[in-house]
This record gives sequence, C-alpha cells and structure tokens, in this order.
Amino acid sequence: MKAHHAFVASILLYVGTAPAAAAEAPPGAASCSGCHPAKASVDTTVKRLAGQDAAAMAATLQAFRAGRRPATVMDRIAKGFSDDEIKAIAAWFSAQP
Amino acid sequence: MTGSRPSRRQLIATATTCAGASVLPRPLLAQGAQPRIVVIGGGFAGATAARFLKRTDARLDVTLVEPNPIFTACPFSNEVIAGLRDMRAQLFGYDRIAADGVAIVHQAATGVDGRARAVSLANGAKLDYDRLVVAPGSDPRFDALPGYDEAAAERMPHAWKAGAQTMLLRRQLEAMDDGGTVVMALPALPYRCPPASYERASLIAYYLKTRKPRSKLVVLDAKDTFSMQRLFENAWKEFYPNLEWIPVSSGGNPTGVDVAAMTVSSDFDAYKAAVANVIPPQKAGRIAELAGTADRTGWCPVDPVTFESRLVPSVHVLGDAAIAGAVPKSAFAGNAAAKICAAAVARLVRGESPAEPKFVNTCYSLAAPDYGFSVAGVYQPVNGQWLEVEGAGGISPVDAPRAFRSQEAKFADGWFNTITSEIFG
Repeated sequence: MKAHHAFVASILLYVGTAPAAAAEAPPGAASCSGCHPAKASVDTTVKRLAGQDAAAMAATLQAFRAGRRPATVMDRIAKGFSDDEIKAIAAWFSAQP
Repeated sequence: MTGSRPSRRQLIATATTCAGASVLPRPLLAQGAQPRIVVIGGGFAGATAARFLKRTDARLDVTLVEPNPIFTACPFSNEVIAGLRDMRAQLFGYDRIAADGVAIVHQAATGVDGRARAVSLANGAKLDYDRLVVAPGSDPRFDALPGYDEAAAERMPHAWKAGAQTMLLRRQLEAMDDGGTVVMALPALPYRCPPASYERASLIAYYLKTRKPRSKLVVLDAKDTFSMQRLFENAWKEFYPNLEWIPVSSGGNPTGVDVAAMTVSSDFDAYKAAVANVIPPQKAGRIAELAGTADRTGWCPVDPVTFESRLVPSVHVLGDAAIAGAVPKSAFAGNAAAKICAAAVARLVRGESPAEPKFVNTCYSLAAPDYGFSVAGVYQPVNGQWLEVEGAGGISPVDAPRAFRSQEAKFADGWFNTITSEIFG
C-alpha cells in the first residue's frame, strides 16, 4: 500500500514538472514530409502542408484518390488511405505551425 | 524489497496493469531517469531517428554515433557519376541535429553488448543505452563474387556507398578513351535501392552518348525483371542505342571478375571493360552483425510496428540493414520508417504501447536529365509483416507525355532538397 502511494506521488511529480511530449502524427502522416517541406525555405515546387485547412486538404486527398484531380504520384498514394485516415492526417497537418 | 520504496520491477509491473488509464505510468521516466537512446549510423534512417526521437520527446537523452563528420548522400550520386551534378550537393553536416539537443559522437561503433545494453566505440569508450537504434546501411559482400574483393573495388568501383567510390567511377569514365566499353554488373535481390542500378545505367549511357559517342555500355544483370522496368526500357529504346542490358535468362548473370585482365564474366562470356562498375551482393552493415541482429541471410529481421530486432531485445534496426517484409531499401523508406520507430521508442520508454503505423514510400529515378518517373507504395503491418496496401501505389504511367516526365524530374529534385532539409537542415 505504501508502495502504491509512493508510485502515485512520483507520477504526480512527473506530470507536474516535465514538458509534454510532442503530439504524435496519425498513421501515414509522418511520411508526407519526405516530399512536402516542413519549412518554406526549402527549394521545391511541392506544397507545404502545415497550417492547411483540414477540410480542404481532406477533400483534395479524396479527389486524388478518386482520380478526379490530376496528379503525378498523389493519386497512387491517396488510394492507400481510408476516409478516416485522410481526415486524421488533414487535421494533424492543419494544427502544425 | 522494502515496504517504503517501490522497486523498478514493481513499477513496471504496475505500469502494465495500469495501461489504458488516463495517466499512464512511465517506467523509465517516472524515476527521474532520462531514458538513454543511442543511435548508430548517421545516414537517412539513423539521422532521422536521432532527430525525431529528440523532437518527439525532449526529455530523451539521445546520442548519435557516426564516424564521419560529413554525410555523403547516395541518392542523386548517379548524377555526380555522369558529370551532371557537383559532389558538394551531396554533402551534409550534423550541426543542426546537434543544435536540436542530440549528442553527436564521431566515433565508429565497434561492438554492442545486448545483455549489458552497452555500445563500445573505437576510442575505447562505452555508451550505455536503454534502447539502441542500429542503422548502418549495407556493406558489400566481398566474398560473394569471385575475384571481387576490397582491393578489386579500387579498380572496379561499386560506387554503392557515396563518397570516394562515386568520384573514382566518375574519374574513370572521364579518363576513358572514346570507343571503350563500360561494363556494369548488377546483383540479385535484395540489395540497397535496386532501381538506382537502372538509373545509373541510364545516366552512364547518357554520359557516353553525349561525351563518348563511340563507346557503349553493357549491363550484366542477375535479374530478369526489375522495378519500373517498362519505364526504363522505353527510355532506353528512345535515348540509348548504346546500352545493352543482358538479363539472367540471356546469360547476363555476373559470375566473377578478373581485375588484371579487366574482364567481368557472365554465365556464357567474359566482357573486356575499359571501365567496370561492379555492384556486388550486399548484407547489413557490419555493426548490425556484431550486435547479433543479422540472421543467416546477412540482413536484420524486425518487428513491423516498432522495428525492434527479432533477435536482440531493446535494439531497433532501421534503413537498408533491416529486412522488413515488403519495405524497400530506399532513402525515403529509411526516413519514413525512422519516424515511425522514433515515435514507437518514445512510447516504449514511457511504458505505453506503440501505435499501429502506416507509411508511404516514393522513389524517383532519372532516365535522363529532365526525364524522371517514380514508384510509390503504401505499407502497413499485417500479421507481423509489412505489406503493401493493395490497390495503392505502383509506377508512373507508361504512356505519359514528356511534360509528365519533366515534372517528375523536378519533383525528384524537390524530394532530395526536402528530405535532406528535414534530416540535416
């Protein structure tokens, strides 16, 4: 019982003092930054995704998936994701600085 | 064990039963300890892992072990070989990674004690770890192709590790008399970035066509089929009558080299080379073997969710060294997998379960300057193995107009700038 109290105390101490870990990217999202630059300064014609409107980004990915939007590679990639996965990825990017 | 203080074992046991509670216990962190993560290898996979571990959780004590102060990138080194790109565009330092709080140790790792959880370094120092990430890339197997050893690679460069070998092959092509035959030898799968072999053949053929028009290229291949084959073959038909590809079924299997005679042998013939580029069979980088993570194939089997070694607990293997189901041995996949592994390791040291991952691979190849195409895939773990998601991915359209190839060549350029900026910038 004493051990249990000590353990709870250590958690509280930890939560109270430590900085939070960064929010984790949803499945698939971490791969995007291989081609889509995190920083505006990178020399590429590929679009930055951070801060995009989530609904618009999800609609774009769905249009790529359906072949309704011209693409070189995004049509092939979008076909690997469900609506829920697309929405989670779009929401995560829209929250990125 | 006394009644007043919980042991570490007890904390971990409690952690297991509490999983799913709103405040999750953290076995390593709860005691005020900084979990120590050591990453061996500062390439696309290892450097990404180190940087993202720190970014995912700043409390982690992350050390990157890499002997070279400057990284030489392999993607686009085929352009360097063909005289289309300056080698300086391939060089990257570790300063920005260090500025993020990763300790960089420019030493070679000489051993791993998986039981004591310690890495030994060439200078005699030891680094203790809670979790180890091994990302040493691939090494040539100098016992695999008769006549092709380390000394032979100085005459017949493999140039499959960017750096001095890249420049050696470039200088040999430049010094070659017009009219000479270049011979390439390609191994069977698996090996690092197979499409790059055919990109290299294309760009050497481009170099010969434009600079040594009486010369030709013979490609001896231990394979009959390869990724993006129709795209490459169409480009060869259009641009490179000077390129002869001999697949294994036509007797192209490379069987040995004779450095003194400058010949590369196949099943049926010996080809006299003015310049020979021999890409030998490969295996996981040496330290992966020393760590006990490589199996009899020479590669390292891993868990698909965490990239933890199936052979040595608390050791994760990333990049070309790992054998992970359908995951390709590419820089893009190495980078993508490293971000998944970093998130998983950060969770594991907090006592949490890793999230079910998914990732994308995209590889660009150039068949000529301003003429690119790609292969893409989406991957997820199914029954303990990485599988490609069906119906997704695939290669660029075979019948696309020239503008499409030009656009993909630009995206290839952009990809290199973006990924190297994410890792080193």
